[in-house]
Amino acid sequence: MSTLAETPQQRDRARTIFQKGAPGRRAFACPQPEVPDAGARELLPARMRRTEPPRLPEVSEPEIVRHYVGISKRNFDLDSGFYPLGSCTMKHNPRLHERVAALPGHSRLHPLQDPERAQGALELMWNLQGALAEISGLPHVSLQPSAGSHGELAGVLLTRAYHEARGELRHKVLTPDTAHGTNPATVTMAGFEVVKVATNPDGGVDVEDLRAKADADVACLMLTNPNTLGLFDPNITEIAEIVHGVGATLYYDGANLNAVMGLSRPGDMGFDIVHFNLHKSFTQPHGGGGPGSGPIAVSDRVAPFLPVPILTREPDGTFALEHDPADGPGSRSIGRLRGFQGNYGCFVRSYAYICSLGGDGLKEASETAVLNANYLLARLREQDVARYLPLAYGELCMHEFVLSGGPMKQALQIKTLDLAKRLLDFGFHPPTVYFPLLVDEALMVEPTETETKETLDAFADAIAEILREAAADPEIARGAPYTTPVRRLDEVAAAKRPVIRETIG
Amino acid sequence: MLETIGVGSAQEIFDRQIPAAVRLGRELELPDGQPEQDVYEHLRELAARNTSTEDELSFLGAGMYDHYVPALIDMLMERSEFLTPYTPYQPEISQGGLQVMFEYQTAISELTALPVANASVYEGPSAVAAAGYLAKLHNGGGRFVVSAGLHPHSIETLRTNAHGYGMEVVEVGLRDGVTDPDAWREAIDDETSAAIFAQPNFYGAVEDAEALSAAAKAAGGSSSSPVVIAQVDPITLGVLRPPGECGVDVAVGEGQALGNRLDFGGPSFGLFAAREEYLRRMPGRIAGETVDVDGRRGFVLTLQTREQHIRREKATSNICTAQALNALGGVVYLCWLGRRGIVELGELLLARTDYARETLAAIDGVEKLHDQPVIREFALRIGGDVAAVRRRCAEQGVNPGVDAHALSARAEDRGVLLVAITERRTRADIDRLADALAVAVAAERETVAV
Repeated sequence: MSTLAETPQQRDRARTIFQKGAPGRRAFACPQPEVPDAGARELLPARMRRTEPPRLPEVSEPEIVRHYVGISKRNFDLDSGFYPLGSCTMKHNPRLHERVAALPGHSRLHPLQDPERAQGALELMWNLQGALAEISGLPHVSLQPSAGSHGELAGVLLTRAYHEARGELRHKVLTPDTAHGTNPATVTMAGFEVVKVATNPDGGVDVEDLRAKADADVACLMLTNPNTLGLFDPNITEIAEIVHGVGATLYYDGANLNAVMGLSRPGDMGFDIVHFNLHKSFTQPHGGGGPGSGPIAVSDRVAPFLPVPILTREPDGTFALEHDPADGPGSRSIGRLRGFQGNYGCFVRSYAYICSLGGDGLKEASETAVLNANYLLARLREQDVARYLPLAYGELCMHEFVLSGGPMKQALQIKTLDLAKRLLDFGFHPPTVYFPLLVDEALMVEPTETETKETLDAFADAIAEILREAAADPEIARGAPYTTPVRRLDEVAAAKRPVIRETIG
Repeated sequence: MLETIGVGSAQEIFDRQIPAAVRLGRELELPDGQPEQDVYEHLRELAARNTSTEDELSFLGAGMYDHYVPALIDMLMERSEFLTPYTPYQPEISQGGLQVMFEYQTAISELTALPVANASVYEGPSAVAAAGYLAKLHNGGGRFVVSAGLHPHSIETLRTNAHGYGMEVVEVGLRDGVTDPDAWREAIDDETSAAIFAQPNFYGAVEDAEALSAAAKAAGGSSSSPVVIAQVDPITLGVLRPPGECGVDVAVGEGQALGNRLDFGGPSFGLFAAREEYLRRMPGRIAGETVDVDGRRGFVLTLQTREQHIRREKATSNICTAQALNALGGVVYLCWLGRRGIVELGELLLARTDYARETLAAIDGVEKLHDQPVIREFALRIGGDVAAVRRRCAEQGVNPGVDAHALSARAEDRGVLLVAITERRTRADIDRLADALAVAVAAERETVAV
């Protein structure tokens, strides 16, 4: 297979924009200064002046367009194909959202515009907050955090403030061993110590282990439900009781909210703090790795500590931003987590999504996401795939499921990584691999609700075919991919001697 | 599908998994779904109730600026191939995004004259906090010393974060519009983890960055000198001496000015660049160059052993993503400006800002806050109520800028107006602002006198 002819994209060797252009070439025409020409020399003392211009490219507009359109074609994207990346919720991004976000009243609104002249934006935020409160079952919302990880940091800092206000200096935060890596990383950044809670044989929280570790030093338990195995924890009520019993808070990582919208609410499960990933459940496009948006919703007891500013509605129906509230939410605020009000452009898109779907539609989205995941799981079992890729835990799943590639590695001598790379040749984005850590050779599949039955069938067929192919010749998968712009890359060399910028001149 | 799954109904899938006690036994209380055109009308109507920079002559700034965004950026940022992928976990099919990151890192490194840059962080103020955390990991000091010239949002964000891991934030005041050099030197000692200032500062003034860096290094003592962090504005770096040439260790900043929309405050991106020795403590994604099995040049996410998904509680940050799409806008903008354009634009901003400051300061009842050099923004002291003066300007269709006190809540900022001058504000616009401000200040004086 490795002697295949190069694809057109492979023939086009990577050259950066810094290797293109010519001296004097340009795209930008600078406006006339129109004012008396004092010049940088007079206006800026020499010691504050740059002497050599930064070596930016010298390129024309057509060159810039060709360059970036050209390299864009070396990306796989959600609009081109199936993207069942577990825990990432790669659902369709409706183009309406881009259109409304680009309206000048939204996109060219300055963040420090007087609230009375930004009422449309504040009303949008108010409505979005209300919808997120209803979906989560927690009444107080801050839209400020910039991403899921940022929402987590907000949540753990809220927990710290909550305990400090009660005169308690707790220093431990519990996280299950199935947790997203952000959870323990956040705990450290917020000045706490991580204590891991074990997983029981059914894939849920080991309640006895939790009971043993939950003591008066525990500030919080961070949990994802359904968890990263795609399983809804049946003991959630008991877990909440244990955590609240020792005076700790219960934190909900909203990465998997797409499984339960309109079906079950974190607030009703006993959670105090939730973060949302607007770029997952509420279809803000992922942008190749950002932007995201990570609002939080909290219970009454945590509300006084929310980040400021707090969005308020006056008796006359107008909206305001309160920077120093005397009482209620934000009155004992942890402070600010970033500039301004958060990623408003993301709010516009997610609000448009919620308006489009409505309460019914959100519930239907979650139901279909779960149905699609279970159908794909069943199809993989049907195809004699389960022998090599058994379901790691459980029988049914919620919106995603985790397979173990352990038996495949044993029987067919190909690893989960090889399977993933071979899927690239079949035109699919592979599922999340090697996560969660407690599953051997994990493969985490999240199809989402916006995929058709035909797509799910085609994916299941591709997996089955790759396994058949590997049974005949494992080298094919081990050498994959063959048809992509580049083939397997040497990541070890990249990390050993990092080259992280272009050499110029 | 149900038959394949082996259940009688979709409901059964849920009944078998979600305990009855935590099932929502009702419909969500949200409005019904609407057809696309109705949602469009609703969102258009909300937009129409906002006064954007298209609707008034705006001199608002203080962290985000109404620079011109070239049309090609809209086109490139809306391409499916850039808009809709996830983080590039599969490099073989993500070379486009990874190469953009690599080019972006190169551009930021060039702008700042610092050797290493990451693929971006959330935005400006949280980038300052991220740099503070890097300093804490680097030297374990107990205190951050920050110039009061930092944007108030940056100081507040740093305080919020620092409280979590138990660090103190000490603020150093300004003198004549820039960081007081004596107070700066006195505040920094061998317990100082990082010394942080802004260039230009919140009041538009250009600081003597080299002197501040040198003083911080000297004051910190030989054994444990603090990490010198500068919050920079990338659009000024065609003319301002770059942080890498001023003794700065880590440069961070708000990237919005580079080809990103205002969007009422986000999303944008935060830039993050440093000296080589901080590379392995940097937060966020970093793209690196390598080769594939056939020897072709390619790019991957690298140095991932810093990151949360590998290192978990020992990670250098909890940050997962960059602001990849916004950083694309940033690097395309820098290519569009080009090597000469960024200098020309910087000179234009210097000249127009100076003209605006002189013109406005000539108004009776208005004076400069200080005489320091300024770029793209400056501060005026207005005798009287800034809020009232701003309202009177608004009646004339002019938004004269930001009430500094409303942002900082500092007593000394009462009566201070921050005026931002981008290349979109022509001389005629500035003259119109001068007329409006003169009328407003005079009217306000009359009211007070009566």
